[in-house]
Amino acid sequence: MSGTEAHTIVEPGLMRDDGDGPRLIGAMCVPCGERSFPFADTCPWCGADATHEVALSPHGTLWAWTAVTAAPPGYSGPVPFGFGVVQLDDDRLRIVTRISEADPAMLTFGEPMTLVYDVVDEDENGHDVVTWSFTPSTR
Amino acid sequence: MNDVHIAGVGLHPFGRFEGHSITDLGAAAVHAALAEAGIVDRRGFQATFCGTAYGGVAAAHKVLARLSLTGGPIVDVEAGCASGAAALMLGAAAIRAGQYDTVLVFGVEKMPKGIIRSSFFEPWREQAGLAATPAYFALRAQRLMRESSLTKADLATVVVKNRRHGMHNPDAMFRKEVTAEEVLASRVVSEPLHLWMLCSPNEGAAAVVLRGGGNSNAVSVRAAVLRSHLPGNVLDESTPLSGLVDDDIPSATTPAADAAYEEAGVEPGDLDMVECQDTDAARELLAYEELRLCSRGEAGKLLADGATALGGRLPVNVSGGLLSKGEPLGASALGQVIELTNQLRGAAGPRQVTGARLGLAHTVGRGANASVTILSR
Repeated sequence: MSGTEAHTIVEPGLMRDDGDGPRLIGAMCVPCGERSFPFADTCPWCGADATHEVALSPHGTLWAWTAVTAAPPGYSGPVPFGFGVVQLDDDRLRIVTRISEADPAMLTFGEPMTLVYDVVDEDENGHDVVTWSFTPSTR
Repeated sequence: MNDVHIAGVGLHPFGRFEGHSITDLGAAAVHAALAEAGIVDRRGFQATFCGTAYGGVAAAHKVLARLSLTGGPIVDVEAGCASGAAALMLGAAAIRAGQYDTVLVFGVEKMPKGIIRSSFFEPWREQAGLAATPAYFALRAQRLMRESSLTKADLATVVVKNRRHGMHNPDAMFRKEVTAEEVLASRVVSEPLHLWMLCSPNEGAAAVVLRGGGNSNAVSVRAAVLRSHLPGNVLDESTPLSGLVDDDIPSATTPAADAAYEEAGVEPGDLDMVECQDTDAARELLAYEELRLCSRGEAGKLLADGATALGGRLPVNVSGGLLSKGEPLGASALGQVIELTNQLRGAAGPRQVTGARLGLAHTVGRGANASVTILSR
């Protein structure tokens, strides 16, 4: 999907789109300077109650990956699907994520990855329910 | 501090028992443990702690009511895969503090087949496909292989070892030997993990009677430690959505182990045997390093040397491990404690570790929670 069609995000507050593609909404901790995802008022790393919202980088590198071959509990989207961890070097953060490539043999460590939308369900109005995913940047 | 020893143990086998309720399972284990401890009625113990994650409201009360053993405090304890060990920690601590003389600790579980649906995951994480528990295990396994020389063949070796041990355990769910070829021919659940490299959630119960005071002939509880995760590790059992770019954040297991070694006054090199969390084959290899049974990066060598097989220098999971027994969450940690107790008593039959005097039991799972229990005789 392009991002301009009507859709619902699986959970409000996870992502935003200012017209230049999806971004994950993270937290930036004022005292420790580290970022986290999803956004929370309290820094999960140092415990400070002083964070502000930050749009995380849509670009990262592949740090770990596998494929989910059978629908996990509560999931009605397509299987198999890729699943892994992408490292956002600019944000010093690793993100648990769906991966657009479901064949583990097609991926390599450190491969550049880009944030995209991924359709996982349909809501009662027939609109796509979307979440975040990362796809190899070169494809 | 008062010494704590094990006055009796009772186990309901781990497996699938259609037509038997969770209360039936718990009652069988509790009845056996109390009988071994010479306890004939409710006056024989002062408190009960019960580990269970899926047992529902007042699971332990129902078991004790069945046996006419209510009256004292009865507390259900949930700490994921470490639930039974958490119950043991509370029971032992209460005795050491002088609150009680004798405590019943048990764990009981009756779990559905397949991937466990857990209230841990928010509905939106399920909808997004992120409640794929074995896939998190797979990512951890891939990183372990990436950071060491371990291969899929090593993962298969762990399964072969534990299933060979399990042949001699009549209380295990799987008692048939398997070959590495068969393990690698089972279907891929999440690369690199094949189906037979993953333990099965199942049903069972395990009960232990703890008593204060020294008893030179009994098995002693030398340490009973529970720890939770430190923040920042993207792949620890707390299954976060993000983590820091930092590879030196210890798993909950290592602080638990360090505290347990200190509490018991022993070192890893003193151990005669270990029962550890082999939820999947890679988890056992991670535990070798996290429990300091070997240096970082040396798990494969320990495995290849045969040190962790029955007859080796430090046998691991001679009960067959979770890979043979299956994992009834609330009961599994106490199943390990019962294995160690029988081994230290020299009563483990064909899987006896010769001359075992000091043993360690370890679990780690959702929370994250990690437990390390050390027993000696």
